[in-house]
This record gives sequence, C-alpha cells and structure tokens, in this order.
Amino acid sequence: MPLLQVTDLRVTLPTARGPAAALREVGFTLDRGQTLGLIGESGCGKSMTALALMGLLPEGAQVQGSIRFDGTELTTLPEADWCRLRGNRIGMVFQEPMTALNPLHTVGRQIAEPLRLHRGLDAAAARAEALRLLERVQLPQARARLDAWPHQLSGGQRQRVVIAIALACKPDLLIADEPTTALDVTIQREVLDLIGALVRESRMALLLVSHNLGVMADRVERVAVMYGGMVVESGPTARVFGERAHPYTQGLFAARPRLGLARGTRLATIAGRVPELADLPAGCPFAPRCARAGDDCRAALPAAGTAGAADHEVRCLRPGAAAPAAAEVPA
Amino acid sequence: MSGAPLLAAEGLGKRYRLPREHLFAAAPEVQALEDASFTLHAGRSLGIVGESGSGKSTLARLVMALERPSAGRVLLEGRDLNALDAAALRAERARMQMVFQDPYGSLDPRRTVLQTVAEPLAVLHGAGRAEQRERAAEVLDAVGLRATDLPKYPHEFSGGQRQRIAIARALVTRPRLIVADEPVSALDVSVQAQVLNLMQDLQDRYGVTYLFISHDLAVVDLVCDEVLVLQAGRIVERGHPDRLFRAPEHPYTRRLLEAVPGAARPLAG
Repeated sequence: MPLLQVTDLRVTLPTARGPAAALREVGFTLDRGQTLGLIGESGCGKSMTALALMGLLPEGAQVQGSIRFDGTELTTLPEADWCRLRGNRIGMVFQEPMTALNPLHTVGRQIAEPLRLHRGLDAAAARAEALRLLERVQLPQARARLDAWPHQLSGGQRQRVVIAIALACKPDLLIADEPTTALDVTIQREVLDLIGALVRESRMALLLVSHNLGVMADRVERVAVMYGGMVVESGPTARVFGERAHPYTQGLFAARPRLGLARGTRLATIAGRVPELADLPAGCPFAPRCARAGDDCRAALPAAGTAGAADHEVRCLRPGAAAPAAAEVPA
Repeated sequence: MSGAPLLAAEGLGKRYRLPREHLFAAAPEVQALEDASFTLHAGRSLGIVGESGSGKSTLARLVMALERPSAGRVLLEGRDLNALDAAALRAERARMQMVFQDPYGSLDPRRTVLQTVAEPLAVLHGAGRAEQRERAAEVLDAVGLRATDLPKYPHEFSGGQRQRIAIARALVTRPRLIVADEPVSALDVSVQAQVLNLMQDLQDRYGVTYLFISHDLAVVDLVCDEVLVLQAGRIVERGHPDRLFRAPEHPYTRRLLEAVPGAARPLAG
C-alpha cells in the first residue's frame, strides 16, 4: 500500500454564485522516497490539492473521494487528529517564508515548538535538537541564529528555517508549495538542492507544487499537470515533458520564453483565459480554449486514458502530438 | 547606431543612509549603485538583470528621476533630469512612464479603468474630459482591451488584463521611454507570453523604447537588444544577449545562467 493514495478527490467551495467544484476526480499515489510534482497556472487547483492534504481547506469546503495516508482516511479525520498529523508526520513548506514565520518569536523557539508539542521534548532538549536541525539545513552560524528574529535573516535563510521546522519531527511526507518562488535563482537552486538531499537521506515522500516547468524537470520523478481543478496529464516527468500528449501541456511549453530564442520572436499563446471556478464547463475544462475540441469534449469529462506507456495518463479525447507550432515565427 | 541616444546614464551612483547603529557613530551607508554608465537609443530595448539587492530597481528609480543620484547624471534626449526645475521635470515626465511588477498592487481598486488610464493625461497635459476618454479608448484598443472596459474596476479583470491596463496607463501620454520593472514576473506562463508579445508589438508599432528590468534571463534574451548584468550595485558585464548568454565572460553571469532551472537538461522547444 502506498504512503499516500488520493482517489477521486472532489472539493466543492461555496462561492457568491453557488457551490463550485475546485477539484474534480483528482487522483495520484506517492510512496516513501518518491517525488511528485503538481504543475499548472493560478487557479488550476494545485495549491487546493496541497491544502486538502494538510486539512487546511477554506471554511465551508466539501470534500468527497478519498485521501489515504499510511492507512488512515484523512477526508473524515476529526480536527484533533489532524493536529497530531500536521507538522508531525506531514511537513509543510510554504511560498513566502516571511509570512510563514512568526515575526514575534525567535527562530529557535519556532523550530522547537513542534518538537515540544509532538515529541514532548523539554525546553533544553528541544533547543539542542533545533540547533541540530539548523545545522542540517546548512544555516551559517547556526548557534547564534537560534536566538535571531526572522527579520534578521535573508529570504533564503528564512526559507531554510521554514524547512527546518517542517523537518523537525521527521515527517513521512513533505509538501512544498512553491517553496522558491519568492527567491532569487541562485538561492532557489540552493534551497531545491537542500530539499532534494534531505528527501533522499530520510526517504521522505515529496510533493512539490510549482508553476515552473524547469524546476519540475530538474527535481521530480513524476509530474501531474493540472488545469481547471483536474489532473489532465500525469506520468514520469521525462515522458510527460517529452511527449506532451495533452493540448494544455503543449500550450504551456510553447508559451514559455527560453534562452536562445531570436530577438522579437512572438511566443505562442493559449487563446482565451482560465475560467473562473463557477464557470467551469461540464465537459473538459480546457475545451473552450482548445483548437481540437469537438462536441464530445464539451459533453462530459474525458476519462483518463494511457498515452503510449501504461504509467503515462492523459485526460483527452484527442491526445497526441500537436500540429507544428505556427505562432513561433520570428516577426 | 547613429544620432544622439534617447537615454544616457553617466557614472550613475546612489548611496543610501542606513539607521544609526550607535548614538555617536556616523550612520552607515550602503552603496546601492556605483558608476553605472550606458546609452539607450530610441526604439531599442535595454535589459537589466541581477539578483535582489543588485541595484536594478535603484537604477530604475534614478532613471525615472524619482530619486536624486549621489553621483553622475541621467540625460533624457540630452537634458539632465536632475538639473531641471520642478515644472520642467513634470513636463518631462510625460515622456517617460513606468510599468510595475504587480498589477494587483499597482492599480487602485477603487478607481475605474477610465480614471486610472486617463489620470496621467489630466495631470500632465490638462486634457479635457472628451479628449481623456478618447485617448483612453485608443490606448485600451492598442493593448487589446475594449472601450467597453472603461467603466469597469480592476477586480473584474484577470492578472494579464490588469497588466495590460497598467501598460495602457503608461502609454497614454505617448511616452518615448517605458521603464518596466519586472513587468511579467507576477504572471502565469501563458499570460506572460501574451504581455511579452504585446510589449514587442507596441515597440514595432509606436517605436517605444524599453528599459526592461527582470531576473528572468530568458525573458530578457527574448525582448532586449543589449543586456547589463548588475552585481552588488556594479555593472559586471554587458553585451548583446546572443553573445552574453551563450558565452558569458564574468563568473557571476555564468552563475546566474547555471542556476536557471532546467538549464542542465534543456527542455526541447
């Protein structure tokens, strides 16, 4: 049995215009030592999926389907049990290290908090362990930094502290939601290297949420591409990024500026815009923006099918290679 | 390139004073920018790359005459912006506009698109209502929005559309120079592509000149004719993007390039 198994997850949110499905038929598995990436644009449901896995969905959200974590069903878990899980067996790293840290507590105290809460360590033991963790995330002058305040640290250093907190109780699953989006590229690389090394060392499972295709290509074994609250394509990263069976995956790649393009090249764009939750169509969410869509696409959600290999799934009635990108002509 | 440059920076420097650490000690200073010189010709784009704290935004603020340089001069069409009196500088501001990173923060949520886009006209040109409306409709059309969007509020638009509104506001005075400080960094990939295409179309059509600040090397490579690499307030390398990104000479430029995610295993186009 995998460590994490998400099946047919559906999250419905109340909106001003009635209930709207933020996630539909989301499913994936993740085992110890494995890495999975969720990729997509704002509003695609990747962060909502991460929140569902942490029991932090917005007020009034309704959850259907199943999230099984190490044999326990999470969708029906009482809040008290969630509190025993979060920060203990499931660690979290968020995008903005400044808002994730409490500005009124020292770094050492914030790292010690989960240790005292979940592990029952006394103050001295928790402080010693906090120092060990700061050294493990390679924060320079760790001993002096135990008593530092978050504002005294740079963005990269703060993110190291957040990672130290997430790792304090040796979680089985680490969820990192855009952990480096607020950081410079060179710092981004250091932080991602660190997360990768820690995941390998302690055989944690890593769920990495990002909108950055390059980060995904470098860092995770498998990816799930999300659009409109659904996983539209998933499989081993090299295969999904190499074959790009879903028209949305193809659109994402074509729209990306990359080094070496001629000056003045116009990027291929995806027509239309991301629909609002309440406006999601009954059929394939991408159909209104898709050149290949037919009436059958608009009628019902396409089922997940395999594309080439058994572990490469795509939800599209007309998957496969795109016509050559016509828009990529130098102006 | 013949003729006088549209914009020239000569030995530009900026020091900021930090809070005093001890009562009787002199306040420490930080050199945010040091001895930066460059020229930018009309209709061209100059890219500025570097990490946070490298002085990119300080450079933008000096070029826009939002701050006085500690050293050096900024010349717009040969006129030293800091030698002008307040009225002359105000007149000059119509010829240079700025686009900011976050279209959620740079548009006033309580003002309609018409109010936002037409404000520079009212302030800088003293234009009447009818002319304001007409020019606002014209620039909205240029950025791919409609005149029917004029009475709407920012929350009715997506991130990409908001950045179009911010660009329309910058264009409305028909400026020669647009300083764009990370204009696409807050946008999703597919929206970013639309805004980059738009900025290039506007350059082709109206001959707009861009000072384009970004930490994203691929974006700068796409839209710029020349690139400056800033590190800790100093220009460490400059050149044509083809040369600079293919054969970087300075170790810092190389480090930036190597850190681009996906660089090790380039994803095929």
